[in-house]
Amino acid sequence: MTTTLTRTPSATTATTAKRRARRPHTPLDPRPSIPLTLVTGLVLVYTLLPLAWLLINATKDQKGLLGSFGLWFADDFNLWDNVTRTLTYDDGVFVRWLLNTLLYVAAGAGGATVLAVLGGYALAKYDFPGRKAVFAVVIGAVAVPGTALAVPTFLMFSKMGLTNTPWAVIIPSLISPFGLYLMWVFAAEAVPKELLEAARIDGSGELRTFFTIALPLLTPGTVTVLLFSMVATWNNYFLPLIMIKDPDWYPLTLGLNAWNAQAQTAGGEAVFDLIVTGSLLTIVPIVAVFLLLQRYWQSGLAAGSVKE
Amino acid sequence: MTTLSTRAAAAPPPRTRPRLRLRKEALVGWGFAGPFVAVFALVFLAPIGYALYLSLFQDRLIGGTSFVGLDNYREALTDARFWEGLTKVGLFLLVQVPVMLGIALLVALAIDSGRLYGKTFFRVSVFLPYAVPAVVASLIWGFMYGTQFGLVGNVNDALGVDLPDPLSPSLVLASIGNIVTWEFVGYNMLIFYSALKVVPRSLYEAAAIDGAGEWRVVASIKLPAIRSSLVIATIFSIIGSFQLFNEPSILQKLAPNAITSDFTPNFYTYSLSFSGQQHNYAATVAIVMGVLTAIIAYAVQLRGMRKG
Repeated sequence: MTTTLTRTPSATTATTAKRRARRPHTPLDPRPSIPLTLVTGLVLVYTLLPLAWLLINATKDQKGLLGSFGLWFADDFNLWDNVTRTLTYDDGVFVRWLLNTLLYVAAGAGGATVLAVLGGYALAKYDFPGRKAVFAVVIGAVAVPGTALAVPTFLMFSKMGLTNTPWAVIIPSLISPFGLYLMWVFAAEAVPKELLEAARIDGSGELRTFFTIALPLLTPGTVTVLLFSMVATWNNYFLPLIMIKDPDWYPLTLGLNAWNAQAQTAGGEAVFDLIVTGSLLTIVPIVAVFLLLQRYWQSGLAAGSVKE
Repeated sequence: MTTLSTRAAAAPPPRTRPRLRLRKEALVGWGFAGPFVAVFALVFLAPIGYALYLSLFQDRLIGGTSFVGLDNYREALTDARFWEGLTKVGLFLLVQVPVMLGIALLVALAIDSGRLYGKTFFRVSVFLPYAVPAVVASLIWGFMYGTQFGLVGNVNDALGVDLPDPLSPSLVLASIGNIVTWEFVGYNMLIFYSALKVVPRSLYEAAAIDGAGEWRVVASIKLPAIRSSLVIATIFSIIGSFQLFNEPSILQKLAPNAITSDFTPNFYTYSLSFSGQQHNYAATVAIVMGVLTAIIAYAVQLRGMRKG
């Protein structure tokens, strides 16, 4: 909103009047624009439409899914019934998948965050032999397609007898090269060397210094890395698809995929209503976390933007 | 430096900054970085080494495992199914990546201009699909594409038209492109927006004084300022396109005729390894794919970082 207090129409020359008129068009003193909002709104519609579709269709039974318009409600409202059936179908296998997912996220994303924080802090604040090599190799690893590693990792793990166990999903999830990079950039800025030196003068040990001084300063970066790792592990599909054959250890993503495969095969029970409702239940927790902590994303993605 | 001590002037000046003894610093640094490096070696370096080893051997029913040198590579480079998949992801990224990054950039500029109503709502909503798993995104879009109970079917019935089937062999790649765009447009938008946030506001003031219009400010200040982010987003998107697997893997159940087991190089690797048990050849194709990805990512970086 522009205030009218700055306007003094009496003593304005033509040029300053022109500049006044243009000022709202500079990023310093913008005026919201309806056309721009409408055009950008098209992207917003595109973004939210599938989520609206999911929400609407989670209220329909099979008949409603087949017989009613996709972007409007059917005659009856079956959401709670659908949720109950999703959670109890096949002896409550969906709940089991949810618990598995929580296990993979807690152990995988939690562990990945711990390793990235410790590693990033070491790279930023200690000069140890091999530091540059570690950094170069890890950054190089970002360019290696994760899926290219999946087959050899599977073969290695099956030789170790780890496949078809939670470890096969958790261990690879522990490494987030991007998370390490993020923590390194963040620790370099957020933890002044002087503070660490002052702590040393006061006779604090390195571990104690880390826990009492560095860790609190690193909190925003830590939350950001935790968020990225959580979304990555919650949404992971390729890794468990390769590693896990036993439906008892499926995460939600694999479970939904299995239901979909069952619905599409001849003779399998078509559970489209459960797939739709299950999809909704799968995204509700992660979207909730995402919205609650959304302000932390930006600092993470800004780390990639190098200041010229 | 003036010291009040009675030491001879020739004595070295006292250390002003307490430093850890080098050996201790090395130990502590490795102590912090060690856990990450150890797990990294297990899930990144070892699989790469193992894949290289596997690619030099062949496993036949008769004669068992034998060293074949570069035969697998020769086979991969002349494998029509591999090239077909590679051409497909090449075509995919030439179209999908510019479209996605273009939309992401326009939305980021729109939000950054400060001329939108509901700026925060835009930022959070457009980023929201990033939290949705690829499995769920593919299922939602796959159902919407459907003629049976999808939106396409609804439109056909309502208007009495016969829209082309998005899941037909000729259109399925474009349909996958749309799903990937939907998933990642917000992620890239946030990368660009975060980069725009750190552009010094004084530049805009100067531009306003010089009478530069909004488009001129975008072309001459904003785009050059976020150049490195554009390059990074392009590289990540290319790596992602080359790894294309999740979306076709899930859509395959909905469109079995359109998506073959060698639809993308990654799909081919997966099928070779898990349906065909050809682990050695699968590892070779994965390595070729990894090397190609790294070369192209590196080329884009060199090209992008060159001062134009």
